[in-house]
Amino acid sequence: MTTITRNKKSVAVNPLKQSPPLGAALAFLGLKGIVPLFHGSQGCTAFAKVLLVRHFREAIPLATTAMTEVSTILGGEENIEQAILTLVEKAQPNLLGLLTTGLTETRGDDMEGILKSIRQRHPELDYLPIIFVSTPDYKGSLQDGFAAAVQSIVATDYGTPIKSNVETFHETSLQQITSQKQVTILAGSLLAPGDVEEIKEIVEAFGLKVLVIPDLSGSVDGHLDDDYNSKTPGGTSLSQLQQLKRSLFTIAIGESMGPAAETLQQRFGTNYEILPRLTGLAAVDKFLWLLAQIANYKSDPDWQLNPQVPQKYQRQRRQLQDAILDTHFYLGGKKVSLALEPDLLYQTSWLLKELGAEIQAAVTTTKSSILKELPIDNVTIGDLEDLEDLAPGSDLIITNSQGKRLADKLNIPLYRMGYPIYDRLGNGSRCLVGYRGTMQFLFALGNIFLELGH
Amino acid sequence: MTKPKIADLLNEPGCEHNHKKGQQGKNKACTQQAKPGAAQGGCAFDGASIALVPITDAAHLVHGPIACAGNSWGSRGSLSSGATTYKMGFTTDISENDIIFGGEKRLYEAITQVIKRYHPPAIFVYSTCVTALIGDDLDAVCEAASQKFSTPVIPVNSPGFVGSKNLGNRLGGESLLDYVVGTAEPEYTTPYDINLIGEYNIAGELWGVLPLFEKVGIRVLSKITGDATFEEIRYAHRAKLNVMICSKALINMGRKMEERYGIPYIEESFYGVEDMNRCLRNIAQKIGDEALQQRVETVIAEETAKLDIALAPYRARLKDKKMVLYTGGVKSWSVMSAAHDLGMKVVATSTKKSTEEDKAKIKKLLGKDGIALAKGNAKELLKVIAKTKADMLVAGGRNQYTALKARIPFLDINQERHNPYAGYVGLIEMAKEFDRALHSPIWQQVRQPAPWELSVPPEKVSVGK
Repeated sequence: MTTITRNKKSVAVNPLKQSPPLGAALAFLGLKGIVPLFHGSQGCTAFAKVLLVRHFREAIPLATTAMTEVSTILGGEENIEQAILTLVEKAQPNLLGLLTTGLTETRGDDMEGILKSIRQRHPELDYLPIIFVSTPDYKGSLQDGFAAAVQSIVATDYGTPIKSNVETFHETSLQQITSQKQVTILAGSLLAPGDVEEIKEIVEAFGLKVLVIPDLSGSVDGHLDDDYNSKTPGGTSLSQLQQLKRSLFTIAIGESMGPAAETLQQRFGTNYEILPRLTGLAAVDKFLWLLAQIANYKSDPDWQLNPQVPQKYQRQRRQLQDAILDTHFYLGGKKVSLALEPDLLYQTSWLLKELGAEIQAAVTTTKSSILKELPIDNVTIGDLEDLEDLAPGSDLIITNSQGKRLADKLNIPLYRMGYPIYDRLGNGSRCLVGYRGTMQFLFALGNIFLELGH
Repeated sequence: MTKPKIADLLNEPGCEHNHKKGQQGKNKACTQQAKPGAAQGGCAFDGASIALVPITDAAHLVHGPIACAGNSWGSRGSLSSGATTYKMGFTTDISENDIIFGGEKRLYEAITQVIKRYHPPAIFVYSTCVTALIGDDLDAVCEAASQKFSTPVIPVNSPGFVGSKNLGNRLGGESLLDYVVGTAEPEYTTPYDINLIGEYNIAGELWGVLPLFEKVGIRVLSKITGDATFEEIRYAHRAKLNVMICSKALINMGRKMEERYGIPYIEESFYGVEDMNRCLRNIAQKIGDEALQQRVETVIAEETAKLDIALAPYRARLKDKKMVLYTGGVKSWSVMSAAHDLGMKVVATSTKKSTEEDKAKIKKLLGKDGIALAKGNAKELLKVIAKTKADMLVAGGRNQYTALKARIPFLDINQERHNPYAGYVGLIEMAKEFDRALHSPIWQQVRQPAPWELSVPPEKVSVGK
């Protein structure tokens, strides 16, 4: 069992962590036709926006209630109301995601009361679901905010689908939708848009209908649309959210998605499984076996057919096994230091361990039950200064772009992962999960060592 | 930060935003409240960071929750020729406990730990919304720490919610005036000492201009704050002239240094031939003797002759290309003048953060057909581009993806850009970038519909035997 150390410093030096509201906004960005609205001062939104724009190299729609000193003291109701009305007029969103910040949480705005009275004053907004999540900046990290937002997304009542909502051009007809078995995937913050895309493809290959929450692969994957968007151009749609209760099963990817899966079970009785990772042979095996069972599920208790996995993935599995053979020469015995959010740290460090690498140091951002199960004796909840102290002597560092300076200083190669990544292209399409993604990941790491002549 | 002080900054008499509006006293540009749901800019803390973080050897410690520093540290575009301490992120990363019991103790410990491990010549400590709201006494903690460690620990009272980025710039300037300027003496002075104020060495722009000053014999005593050391700002009060670049941002520094130390100030721009020439001439005229003025004329003649040769091929390729310019304040006309130097046409420009004086310049440069955009969002910009049939958009990074997603060539002109455009060499760089953006072979590809989307399908092959 891993022991968790919290650094005793009063100062974070070169922070590893980003704020929970940023994480919540990111989760909201995986819904179609949404504008995430920060209830805070302008800067709360501006900093988050700049980070996401630079990471994804995409236009990111984020809005602010633009709280001032005076409105903070008087309470934020007027600003929230005005912001919602302005957004409705300017962006015509299908959904609104409202999140708090350190400022408005410290002040203690009664958000439920405020939303209730805005609803009463504006019955014309009845059609518009407002997903609310409380995300004080001073409690947790990006991963925590992301998870809290996903839980709010699945806890919100979207009403029953009316016909016009379901009739979208690309989707199959209502009848087909209801006859197909549907699975809910809760996609944790460890997954990038390219990962989500791969997961969707895998689930669909089993003949299942997939409902991913949140689906970043439709909004920040990097694609050109025909028109200008002042809200997200893709992601989980409102009509999909209205279909949530139809799912036969929930697969939560990332330990942090557990509470949201639990919420779905409480609301709709949907059983679930938490897969804390989706990289590495055994982890992907488990995922596919789960999907095969769901695909094979019959209401008839006497069914005899054995669950099947599509040929394509059987072949990819053999390819991955071959890639493992080819790369183990380069990864075996290597010492790796990582600084990542808990879910991503767990997924990545276990993959490395399974390839014969050694985890020299692990630094993370926030507490999580998964931290006890890392393949290392000790993990530090801290910052990049802690990593700098722990990493000397390792062969590879894995963290976000902010680790560049310390990696250079220590003369250790850096593989970039997490948020933000400013100095690499393709953050919207990189895929590191599934058999194929694992393979690409192993090749990328192996190539780093090959380049160095190890 | 006291209320009257903020009101003073908003009513800054050095700023034409305030006194060119006749009897009304102040222009709404300064005091206008950001509109909920529509506002897109940064906060006062953001502004103070922009103004002060370029001081390369100082530590910049943010007293607040993780959002303020965690989401932004290390990503400013200012370059350094020496120390890199300013690239580090320091924050108290306060928790719920600190909010309940107060964050002053944690802040004091944080300052202690930064000094003990990194020994910076100074620490700038920024307050944020949350620590201002819970009433942490930033000034007192900084004062105590300064005395204990004999290191300047400077409070920057810039919580985001007091106002805009622009106000934040000035709040940063106030900290320099109150705690830094006038606290040391330079080794020696010359009659040709100037300060550059409001130049942040984005993408290393300063380095395109400093050699010119050196060549004519103007000494830049203090850079405020691009590529500056803490020490040089301490003796900035010994300069003979303050040259304000991007002038509105730190206008309070120019005016108050005139008041306190009798240093006159002028407002200049480094963009384009005309502005660069004028800048050198104006400085020479203010501080110089005839010899200096003569040297300036010689350098201008040399540089512009060289420039004409270097720009000739670009001028041919850029001639009559149309751009929509969307940026703030001074740049709305200074970049325009640079574009004109290259023979390009600005068909529309923003006047959003411009003063009356700026607007007059814009009007002159725009001509009768040009469009002055009083406000603009992404949608509005795209409409104007379509209407004017502009060839490209020149704007801040925030609008980069607006243009690219609409398949329109784009050039970044603001803070986060990667190319230096200041001075004569900067104009060549700018010409190169315009040329690269406009004549890239990619535009046809990203606009090309797929064969199956064409109304007249391409020739069909005969399939089969």
